[in-house]
Amino acid sequence: MRYLPLTQPDRDAMLATIGAASIDDLFIDVPEAARLDGPVHGLPLHASEMAVERHLSALARKNLAAGDAPFFLGAGAYRHHVPASVDHIIQRGEFLTAYTPYQPEIAQGTLQVMFEFQSQVARLLGCDVANASMYDGSTACWEAIVMARRVTRRGKAILSGGLHPHYVSVAQTMAKFTGDVLDTRLPTLGADADGDDLIALIDDETSCVVVQYPDILGRIADLSALADACHAKKALLVAVVTEPVALGAIRSPGEMGADIVVGEGQSIGVGLQFGGPYVGLFACSEKLVRQMPGRLCGETVDAEGKRGFVLTLSTREQHIRREKATSNICTSSVLCALAWSVHMTLLGEKGLRQLAAINHAGASAAADRLAAVPGVELVTDRFFNEFTLKLPREARPMVRTLADRGILAGVSLGRLYPGVEALQNGLIVAVTETSTAEDVETLAVALEEALA
Amino acid sequence: MTINQSGWRPTAPEQGESSGETFTGNRALMLDEPLIFEIGSSETTGVDFDFAPSPLPGEGQSQAQPSAPLPTLSPEGRGLSRLGNLARTAPIGLPGLSEPETVRHYTRLSRQNYAIDLGLFPLGSCTMKHNPRLNERMARLPGFADLHPLTPVDRCQGAFEVIHQLAHWLVTLTGMHSVAMSPKAGAHGELCGVLAIRAALDAKGEQTRKVMLVPESAHGTNPATAAFAGFSVEDIPATAAGRVDLEALKARLGPDVAGVMITNPNTCGLFEPDMREISEAVHAAGGYVYCDGANFNAIVGRVRPGDLGIDAMHINLHKTFSTPHGGGGPGSGPVVFSEALTPYAPLPFVEKQGDQFVLVEEETAGEHHASSFGRMTAFHGQMGMFTRALTYILSHGADGLRQVAEDAVLNANYILRSMEDVLDAPFAGSGPCMHEAIFSDKGLPEGFSTIDVAKGLIDEGFHPMTVYFPLVVHGAMLVEPTETESKATLDQFIGAFRSVATRAKNGAPALKGAPHFAPRRRLDETLAARKPVLAWKGAD
Repeated sequence: MRYLPLTQPDRDAMLATIGAASIDDLFIDVPEAARLDGPVHGLPLHASEMAVERHLSALARKNLAAGDAPFFLGAGAYRHHVPASVDHIIQRGEFLTAYTPYQPEIAQGTLQVMFEFQSQVARLLGCDVANASMYDGSTACWEAIVMARRVTRRGKAILSGGLHPHYVSVAQTMAKFTGDVLDTRLPTLGADADGDDLIALIDDETSCVVVQYPDILGRIADLSALADACHAKKALLVAVVTEPVALGAIRSPGEMGADIVVGEGQSIGVGLQFGGPYVGLFACSEKLVRQMPGRLCGETVDAEGKRGFVLTLSTREQHIRREKATSNICTSSVLCALAWSVHMTLLGEKGLRQLAAINHAGASAAADRLAAVPGVELVTDRFFNEFTLKLPREARPMVRTLADRGILAGVSLGRLYPGVEALQNGLIVAVTETSTAEDVETLAVALEEALA
Repeated sequence: MTINQSGWRPTAPEQGESSGETFTGNRALMLDEPLIFEIGSSETTGVDFDFAPSPLPGEGQSQAQPSAPLPTLSPEGRGLSRLGNLARTAPIGLPGLSEPETVRHYTRLSRQNYAIDLGLFPLGSCTMKHNPRLNERMARLPGFADLHPLTPVDRCQGAFEVIHQLAHWLVTLTGMHSVAMSPKAGAHGELCGVLAIRAALDAKGEQTRKVMLVPESAHGTNPATAAFAGFSVEDIPATAAGRVDLEALKARLGPDVAGVMITNPNTCGLFEPDMREISEAVHAAGGYVYCDGANFNAIVGRVRPGDLGIDAMHINLHKTFSTPHGGGGPGSGPVVFSEALTPYAPLPFVEKQGDQFVLVEEETAGEHHASSFGRMTAFHGQMGMFTRALTYILSHGADGLRQVAEDAVLNANYILRSMEDVLDAPFAGSGPCMHEAIFSDKGLPEGFSTIDVAKGLIDEGFHPMTVYFPLVVHGAMLVEPTETESKATLDQFIGAFRSVATRAKNGAPALKGAPHFAPRRRLDETLAARKPVLAWKGAD
């Protein structure tokens, strides 16, 4: 109980000040029948720092960390090298243990970070404005669909088959309750990302078309024609980016006409973390800003005329509008946004472009090597750092076989699309700057042996 | 390049000498810091990369020589042709800083923040307690931090065990039946809870129950959540004693009511003594009870919400189990469920089958999970927060957690009784408070309000309490000290709070201009909203 500073004499003195005979007197409003007379049964008592450390370290050792194996998993979460300074900065107590900046005079550090983050995200995604982060990419994607409904006053969203199936799942879950109509499809194990084929589906009821870029199979496609088609029908184009490093090499969705661009920011600064916390990116054009969910930081001046930053446009938010609020979100991933922003600042334009180029070159070389394994086919030749292989048999058991040999080979489409016959042989392979040529060779040789 | 290149601080030494202003904008150790866009450049970077990945065997000589050029994005470049016409040509406009500049920039910014590591955060309704660094160390073990969410299941058993152990603690401490771990924050947990209620009602064929009752004292997220999930929202008034009006609630129950969203302990810092009657009445009328568990830290180890008839409750891990607030997030909002709502809990979740932990997802959900309302987020939830929370829980144990609630309540009552002679305490007469004490601006002279007391506290070196919330109290000041504050700290805070309150009552003009010593004076929030500047628009 080393985190509790009160001593027993302190407690006695405080009870005397309050005028209570015992601590039980302070719980008199709790109905007698609901009061526990001692620590909850069946749970252990307090433990020392060393004992807790030993326990959790033992649990951690039961996992195969990405850094301990040739590693090729992606599909919405990517392993990149995060410079040491990033973690140092986010562990500074003034950032780590600060509260939401509702008192701006003593929260300028966090507020300026939010403003810089918004500016960086807007530029990277190719939009006018961005918010100060959301929970993650999947929930940001749903918020974008809801926002498109508000903007267009239409309730039918078309979801590309190239959208991450978990993102589709989240949207389907929510749509069950909100009455939105979702037109969803499955990906095809072919060379082309869907995009142009969605155009025919857009009609006067369509609120938005949602595409992923690069898509779940790693494919990339020009979104310009789709954006034009959406705008011709007064619908919005929502683009989802799960690997923002890609935008160091390829054009941003905003440049190609997307109205709302959302993303999973995890791959910059945040780390894999077994699925969370991550950082949702959310950007849009200036004219839509009052319909945007989430926290926003704005520039202003203080009483002496000095530049400063505050949370702003709160009239969209739950603490003012209650049931009329733009969304119920009451947080943002500020600490993860800080990590993202620090990493992006260390990279800068030059570093991001180099990082992207190295990713793409490594992935290209790996794709060629793996496609040379007998029976293995490279599904697409238009990708960034992630591509899909078609194996001569089901990929899912193959992933398990390779994992038993200490190789994390990729994500099988069977895991993401269980029961979809046409996709079972697909394997998504991600290659980043953390993958070495030796890792690729190890995977290729093991795959060859396993398929022999 | 000077620090004033943008011209936003046009001070000059000859003007500054007598006015207290400085050329740089810095004040001794308090350093002003421009934006990265004003000091960085597109050609500056703080990272070094390995050169191009070695060609694979059989592809000739390695080019990984120190003099080898970095891969470029020109279409002719090796291996880059696969980007086709999508290769980026236009600049992005991202500033870069060298590593020392980066560390200095963010370190300087950090110094403009108040934080729990610097002092007491007496915020009602948003528990700010000590964040143990052991939690941080454990969350960063590579076996947790460097683990991909789609790692084959038998290669991440330790991570599932963390989730399972934390789930066991949460279910046992709350006396509930099951827990959904995936919600990403408190408000996301609320959504999870009301979606389970909707799913349960729909399964019973009660689609017509569309009204969610929300007491006035509820967090603002509660009505927003209910509306987001498709319910219509109706308020239930509070009594003069700051509790839910039981008779008003009972009178409103009926066949159109889906349930009630209640906060207990409530946002006035009071326990709802009628909680069991409320639950029974709602259940008898065919509805469900959602409890906002943001304030669970006041009762953990002393009261199990399951014993009060609650059907669903989210737990803000940062509040009760000390995961850091991080300037506003990330959060984590696991939701505990009664037996009645358990079948509708979201996917995915972790189950122990024999010696193995399995991940129950859409495809593996057997018959007993077939009624789940679906998936709320891409992966398994906030693993990094689970590790921190479990570390804190194991450190405290069942005995320590009970002490947590007791000390939190003791500290709040100590402040209530130490302040009630100088500030109006609207509910002090109705008995002890729980983890937070509430005061109002009643008795302050014309022209002085809660905000002046708050800003005055800043100059005394404290973060202000929560202001103007809950809405049921005029000019509310909500103070929550938490259990990790010592008596000496509380005494110092009480001294400062009394001093500021007394000055406000005396109409001290200086208080209107507070804070005087913060990095910024009062900021113009109206200007920010009227002419929003949300991104840096300066010249590239």
